[in-house]
Amino acid sequence: MSDAIPVSARGLVKRYGEIVAVDHVDLTVGAGDVFGYLGPNGAGKTTSLRMLLGLIRPTAGSVQLFGRDPLVEGAKALEGVAGFVEGPRFYPYLSARRNLRLLADYDDRDARSRIDQQLELVDLHTRANDRVGGYSHGMRQRLGIAASLLRAPRLLLLDEPTTGLDPAGMRDMRALVKRLAEEGITVLLSSHLLSEVEELCNRVAIIRSGRIVYAGELSELMATASDGFRLSCTDLERGRAVSLAQSGIRDLRVENGALCFSADASDVAELTIALGEAQVGITALVPEKATLEELFLGLTEGDTPPATESALAEAAA
Amino acid sequence: MSAIAKVYKWELLKLTAQKRTYLGVGAAILVPIAFVVALSLQKGGPNDIPLGRNIRDTGLATPFVVLFFMSFWAFPLITALVAGDIVASESHNGTLKTILTRSRERGQVFAGKALAVVTYTAVVVFAMGTVGLVAASIKWGIKPLTSLSGTKIAPGHGVGLLVASLAVYVLPLVGIASVGLLLSTVTRNSAASVVGTLMFALLMQLLGALPGTEPIRPYLLSTQFSAWHGFLRTPADWTPVIRAIWLSFLYIAAPLLGAYLVFLRRDVAGE
Repeated sequence: MSDAIPVSARGLVKRYGEIVAVDHVDLTVGAGDVFGYLGPNGAGKTTSLRMLLGLIRPTAGSVQLFGRDPLVEGAKALEGVAGFVEGPRFYPYLSARRNLRLLADYDDRDARSRIDQQLELVDLHTRANDRVGGYSHGMRQRLGIAASLLRAPRLLLLDEPTTGLDPAGMRDMRALVKRLAEEGITVLLSSHLLSEVEELCNRVAIIRSGRIVYAGELSELMATASDGFRLSCTDLERGRAVSLAQSGIRDLRVENGALCFSADASDVAELTIALGEAQVGITALVPEKATLEELFLGLTEGDTPPATESALAEAAA
Repeated sequence: MSAIAKVYKWELLKLTAQKRTYLGVGAAILVPIAFVVALSLQKGGPNDIPLGRNIRDTGLATPFVVLFFMSFWAFPLITALVAGDIVASESHNGTLKTILTRSRERGQVFAGKALAVVTYTAVVVFAMGTVGLVAASIKWGIKPLTSLSGTKIAPGHGVGLLVASLAVYVLPLVGIASVGLLLSTVTRNSAASVVGTLMFALLMQLLGALPGTEPIRPYLLSTQFSAWHGFLRTPADWTPVIRAIWLSFLYIAAPLLGAYLVFLRRDVAGE
């Protein structure tokens, strides 16, 4: 069972009447991945996660967590799986410690023995006997992590874990996720904070209007961006002429007093030599790689979302 | 400890940490005290209800009389306060998804909640009976109770009959709690469930009061609140008691089964 893929979702669909919240989503999260699940608000991230955890029934499709289907095997399918969807929720009238005791009793026998360790890990041990109702958002988020780790998970599903945290809290949360991943826990992280995903994840899926528009290695996604450069020089006209004559320099244009173009690194090196020989001084040469944000916006913004295209095609049929 | 027992234990602990539980138990305790105080301050009494004429003869009569009064809306409301809330509040607060992503099956979680509701229902009824007996006995002493057939019942036997009456009284009240649990599971709205449960109880009483409903009257849930009268006859009349037992079981089972099936299959999404 331990060799099974942590998350395997195939053809997941969730309809609410006429609205298709999730439209034939396939997700595969491999062991050891820190998998970023990206999408704008309302794209279907949380609905997908709810289906993964068996909280809602898919209209179609199937989910397997370590080879087990939550809809078929119930709570047994969540063995080794922990996390939270739409923020962690606790009983406000109970203390953090009692909340964790409750959850430990809902888990295996050893979970209780891990309570103090987890409270210390998330730095809540000094406030453990306070009612959760008086906790700040950040403290609840940290308690959510502690509650998840009580299960000694092999797969951690985290829905927007840094939302609402202050910068220090976000930094600490990211460090914690990074540490857990280094310890071998597979992480599925839903987020719309692209810097967070860029920092933590090795693989990503981007969802738009309920459909996956990209799934794969983050590095491959970044590589799809064109390699652009911005060059400032002492003589713009001569520099432009030299660049035009140089092979491998593409999409050359002048923007705000600088030359902008696309090229491979070796061609850029050739260009610098040619410019030197032509007595054109280089004052700045800056690679301009598209950021994940630009890639994300390119994939998730547009006139016709994929789901609508699908609906139009279905209507036409 | 089994999985259901652990869930049940925590459901009880959660109830003891919530104000509405104390509101319900507090009301159940205050009503008989208020009743004794009110009767102490005036000469008249509830002469036209069972045991009403003898209420000042012995402290044993008071819990029975209060049982009668509280069956109209007080006990249904006290029961609905918890039964109508136990699933709906967790849906609303999002804690349902917290516990349903642990290692307990949905059926086990539901069973724990249902058992907690039954426990609460029994506790409020027996709390009323105990406090009513103690308060009235302090005021009027424990003397023989005059049965509904006019015979005298010794105090020890009277206490036994009170316990049996409270136990039989709990059954239809659990039927109402069961409706509350169903509404709580289906509507996911605590206020709607509490009000809906109370409306159900009042509707039962209304049906029983309407002319032409005599043939169905013995089978209404509200009628079963009077089943304990059978214990206070000489000899004991078991017919209403036995009917209350099987009929309450049906009133409990149907909504409980519905709630269970809904709970097993329902989507747990943001409310």
